[in-house]
Order: sequence, then C-alpha cells, then structure tokens
Amino acid sequence: MFHFHAQNLFQLEEEEEEEEEDKFDIFVSVKDPEKIGETTLPMFRNKTFTVRRRFSDFLGLYEKLSEKHGPNGFIVPPPPEKSLLGMTKVKVGKEDSSSTDFVERRRGALERYLQRVVNHPSLLQDPDVREFLEREELPRAVSTQALSGAGFLKMINKATDAVSKMTIKMNESDVWFEEKLQEVESADQQFRKLHALVESLVVHRKELSLNTASFAKSAAMLGSAEDNTALSRALSQLAEVEDKMEQLHQEQAANDTFTFAEMIADYIRLLGAVRGSFDHRMKAWQRWQDAQSMLQKKRETEAKLLWANKPDKLQLAKEEIAEWEAKVTQYERDFERVSATVRKEVIRFEREKTKNCKRQIIKYLECLLQSQQQLIKYWEAFLPEAKAIA
Amino acid sequence: SAVLNVDLQTDAMLQVDISDALSERDKVKFTVHTKSTLPNFKQNEFSVVRQHEEFIWLHDSFVENEEYAGYIIPPAPPRPDFDASREKLQKLGEGEGSMTKEEFTKMKQELEAEYLAIFKKTVAMHEVFLCRVAAHPVLRKDLNFHVFLEYNQDLSVRGKNKKEKLEDFFKNVVKSADGVLVAGVKDVDDFFEHEKTFLLEYHNRVKDASAKSDRMIRSHKNAADDINRIASSLYTLGTQDSTDLCKFFLKVSELFEKTRKIEARIAADEDLKLADLLKYYLRESQAAKDLLYRRSRALVDYENANKALDKARAKNRDVLQAETSQQLCCHKFEKISESAKQELIDFKTRRVAAFRKNLVELAELELKHAKGNLQLLQGCLGILKGNT
Repeated sequence: MFHFHAQNLFQLEEEEEEEEEDKFDIFVSVKDPEKIGETTLPMFRNKTFTVRRRFSDFLGLYEKLSEKHGPNGFIVPPPPEKSLLGMTKVKVGKEDSSSTDFVERRRGALERYLQRVVNHPSLLQDPDVREFLEREELPRAVSTQALSGAGFLKMINKATDAVSKMTIKMNESDVWFEEKLQEVESADQQFRKLHALVESLVVHRKELSLNTASFAKSAAMLGSAEDNTALSRALSQLAEVEDKMEQLHQEQAANDTFTFAEMIADYIRLLGAVRGSFDHRMKAWQRWQDAQSMLQKKRETEAKLLWANKPDKLQLAKEEIAEWEAKVTQYERDFERVSATVRKEVIRFEREKTKNCKRQIIKYLECLLQSQQQLIKYWEAFLPEAKAIA
Repeated sequence: SAVLNVDLQTDAMLQVDISDALSERDKVKFTVHTKSTLPNFKQNEFSVVRQHEEFIWLHDSFVENEEYAGYIIPPAPPRPDFDASREKLQKLGEGEGSMTKEEFTKMKQELEAEYLAIFKKTVAMHEVFLCRVAAHPVLRKDLNFHVFLEYNQDLSVRGKNKKEKLEDFFKNVVKSADGVLVAGVKDVDDFFEHEKTFLLEYHNRVKDASAKSDRMIRSHKNAADDINRIASSLYTLGTQDSTDLCKFFLKVSELFEKTRKIEARIAADEDLKLADLLKYYLRESQAAKDLLYRRSRALVDYENANKALDKARAKNRDVLQAETSQQLCCHKFEKISESAKQELIDFKTRRVAAFRKNLVELAELELKHAKGNLQLLQGCLGILKGNT
C-alpha cells in the first residue's frame, strides 16, 4: 500500500495554445510502501491529504482513464507493470537488496505515474482522478489482468499491427503522423537497447562493490600478516580505502538504477502509450471509412429500389441514407478532432520528454561527479601512508 | 627495464633485458639482449631468441642444483596465456556480420589493446626473472644462465618426455608430504622459526589477496565495457535527428566515451600495480618457502646422520664412513642456513621496497584518473547546464 500527499489543489484554466507551459500547483509523492495488512492512520491537513492505495488501485485508475480518454487521442500515462517475480519475493519477506530495489523502483515509478497524470490538464479534470486522490477507501479494482506485463505488450502489439496495415492507405496530408510514428518506433527500439545496457552496468557495479569489499578484507588480512610495521599499516590503510570504494560503488549502482535505468523504463512505457494514441486515431479513421462504405452501399440499394418500384422499402432506404450521411459527417469530425488531439499530445509529450531526460541525466552526472570528488579525497589521504613505508 | 649489475670483485658488468618480442600463433619469441664485460662471454653485447620453455628449463636447473639449495630461486615467469584473448578475437570475427561497422571497429580495437596489454605483461614478467638472476651474486655466474644468454641455437628443451614428467610429479608429491612433516618440527633457531611461521601465513594471505584483486579488477573492466556500449547507444539516439534532446544525447555519449577510456585505464593500472605485485609475491614467497623446506630437509638429513654415527660408534662398524657422512650433512646444513638467513633478509627488503613503489604509484594513478574523470564531468555538465 502506498501513502501519498496531494498538496495545493487548484482550479485550472483551459490551455490556449499548444506551446503554452503547463502550470500546475499539484504535487504528488508516493511514500512508505507497506505490505498489505499493516495499519497506519491517514492524516488530514488543510490542502494536504494522504490516502492509502493498493498497487491494483493504480492499475484500476489507468484502466478507467485509458478507456475514457484513449479513444479521443490522449496519451494516457501508463503505470509500472505487474511483476509476479518481484512481488513474490517481497511477499515472502525476502529482505535482500534485490527486493528492496524492486520496492523502491515500484514506488518511484508509481509516483512519477501519478505526477504525470495530474500534470495533464485534461486528465486532472477527470472525476476518477479526484476520487483516487481524495477518497478514503477505494473498492478493489477487479479486471486488472489485462495490465500485467504480457497483457500490456499484447495490447501494444495489436496496436502496431493495426497501424502498420493502415498507414499505407492514408493520404499525404498525414505525412506528419507517418514520420512521427516512425520516430516513436525507432526511439522505442533504442531505449530498450539502452535500458538493457544500463541494467547490465548495474549488475557489474554491484559485483564490483562486492568484490571490492572482499578484496578489502583480504588486504587487511595481508596487512596483519606483514611483519614490516610501516608496510603493515599501509596495507590496512589500503583496506580502508577499498572499503570506502565499496560504498561508493554501491551508491553508483543505486544512481545507475534509480536515476538512469528507471527514467528509460518510464519512457519505454510512455512510448507504448504514444503508439496507442496513434492506434486510436487509426481506429477513428477506419470508422469514418467504414461509414463511407456503408453510405455507398445504402445509396446503391436506393438506386436498385428506384428501379424495382417498392415505395415502402424505398422510404426505408432514404431514411437509412440520411442516418449514414449524418454518421459520416460525425465520424469525419471525430477523426479530425482525434488527429488534432494526438498531434497536440505528441508535441506536449516530446517537450516533457526533453525536459525530463535532460534533468535526469544532469542529476545522474552530478552524482558521478560527487563520486569522483570522494575518490580523490580517499586516495589523497592514502598516498602519504604509502610514501611512509620504509 | 634493465638492471645494472656490477660485480665489485672482478669489476664486471652484466645487464640483461628483453629488447623485442614476437607473438606467433601459439608461441612467443623473446629476444634476450645482454651487455656484459664478463670475460667468459665471447662478445660484450649479443642477443638470442628464447621461448618460454627455455626460461622454465633455466629455472628448473637452478632448483635442481644442490649448490643453490641455500638461495631463494627467483620464481619462474608464468606461461604466456593468450587463449582467452585469441578466443575473443575469433568470436568477434565470426560475429562481424551482426554488428555495425563502427561497433565492429571499436570492439576490434579494444580486443587488440587487450592482447597488447597481455603481451607487454608477459614480456615484463620474463624480463623480471632474468634481471633477478643477473642481480644475484651467485646465480649470475651460473653456467646454464650463460648458455641461456649466449648460445644462439635452440636449446632443445621443449616438451619434457613422459619419464621426466612422471619424475617431476613424484618429486612434488614427496615434497608436499615432507612439507607437512617439517612444518610441525620446531626449529632451534629463533630466526628461522619466526620466518617459517611468518612465511606460511603470509603466503596464504597473499594468495587470497591476489585472487580477490583479480576478481575486483575483472568487475571493473566489465563496468567499463558497459559504459562503452552505453556511449554507443546514446550516440545512435543522438544521431536520429537534430533536436535539442538529440544534441544533448550526443554530448553525453561523447562524455561516456572518454570516461570509459579512463575507467579501462584504471582497471589496467590496478592490474599492473596491485594484481601483478601480489601475484609476484605469491611466487616469491613460495620460493622462500621452498628454501626453508630445503633447509629443513638438510636438518633432518643432519640429524639422521648424527643418529647413524652414534649407532656406528656403538657397533664400532663403518665409523669413518658415518663420520664423513655426518660431516658432509653438517656442512651442507650450515652452508644453507647461512645463505638462507641473508636471502630471507634480502627478500624482506625487496618486498617492502616493491610494495612501497607499487602502492605509491597505484595511489598516484588512481588520483590522476579520478581528477581526469572529474574534469571531464565538470566540463560536460557546464555545457549541458548552460544550454538547458
């Protein structure tokens, strides 16, 4: 279960132009994950409030938002996937670093998920979002199976199949969409590759940390066996330096994970949502096309009936034509509306992505920099000890 | 690097180094270059080509020579091992089709650098062995050593025959059994008693430290490799188009490309200054243990000879023979003890000096690299933050 605070909820104004900065004064944070079963009282303050939510509640919220806003072309931010392996370890009570990492990754991902939802001007207006943030107890979300990792992937794959089949049929006025989709797909590929590489780095840094600790102990043992006093002391100082290095490597691995790898994981999920919005646009187009075909069929029927001289059926046919003409107009308008929304959403997404990626990478590099400064301190302290050997 | 040795008595100089080396398919050919004013050499400066097995032959001839029982025999250099590196290069060649030209070129360069590093190391280790021999007041005069240095034909020592290999095997088995026996006997001499205790413990701990340092450095190399791939991946992301974000990725890719080179250098320097140092003293401490063992054997022989003499005197039979034998054993034991003491003191001096040199250099290099990394990061962050 997760606690979060929602501070300073304000009324919002309509966005005027698509380039305008989103201005919100709502801040969410997700803290203190606990296993189900423990009790903590939620706190109430003026414009700050805290509620407890289960992981499935987050998934349930996504499902609702995605059903409502997805078809209109909105990019609905996705939450992190269900993870059978990760959660099993946590439930069993395995207190090792991999399960604490998993819990922290999930906590961070949920926080960022919520932040993205409330940062979105249209989504914040949704009553389900308000309810999620404010209501004390939420009824259990039932149908969250579709949102497991595999289900998610299936949904994305279905969308891409549909898209790739239809792109060929669209006319040139949609070149922007075609190009964007290609960009999104190639970015997705690259991000996945990058994610795997960063995860590999995390593994190796953790190994390095363990091996450094092991070496430190060994060096200390060697130092105590050494019978030259100054060398003995220098060796135990070396052991201390290596101990500190172990700590640095651990911190680096955490930096790699939470600042870098998790950012990339977020964007892999978001790119999936972007492709989803393209898919919805395609569906809207298809509905319009289908309506046009239907209208054509009805007109052909009418023509046949004119020759056949059946006034009753003819009347029916005329009514149906009117009905379908209206639908064609409606669906065309829908398609244009959805296209405009998708376009606006994609531009917004890219702007946010640029801002976020830059910020996170700078944070990551600053941590690396601090690490080097520490390193310098440690070795500078050691050097005189080494020189003192006689 | 060569060591200049001047024999004070005869004013003769002996300088040995490996001036060149050639790596062929399954062997390395070392060019051993000698400069000497010793009268027994035909020329003052000459070179021969030697392979690893010939170094081993020379080392083993020292070990087997009874005259040298009282010295720490400089440890033999390890066999040049390019198998892993060669395998990697082969795999790379097979996988050429599955990667981009840039990736392939990059990986090839790295593997070639790795190969070169291993090559340099093996040359250094073979050279150190020769220099230690040349520096030793007695061993430098050894005839086999001079043959090794000067005889410009193949020494034909490659591949011991089966009989010799079996003999070696049994020799080692007997040695280790004896080793256990002798270790339990307390020495009369405090100095040797202390040295025995010290060396047994020290050797084990150096062994452990050597293994652990290898593993640590291996992880470091792996992390550097990952950073290299991450740099490539960021480069690909950065070249997709010319947006702000892409330019950003390119800058970061450039940074990682540089920092990973430093990380690889750190791993290489740790390998040279720390891992190699520990490996060397693992071998030298073993050689020192072997010396103690030989002295213990000589002591046991001496004690047995004493017992045999007493028995002979009691029976009044073969007394002269027993006396001669006992005198020989006594002499041998005393000779070994005398030189062993000096050898062990020298060993300590050498060890302390080597550790000092390497630990100082290690610290200086770690500092240099950390400062390098810091500068790169500061520079890059300055640019990235300025443009945001």
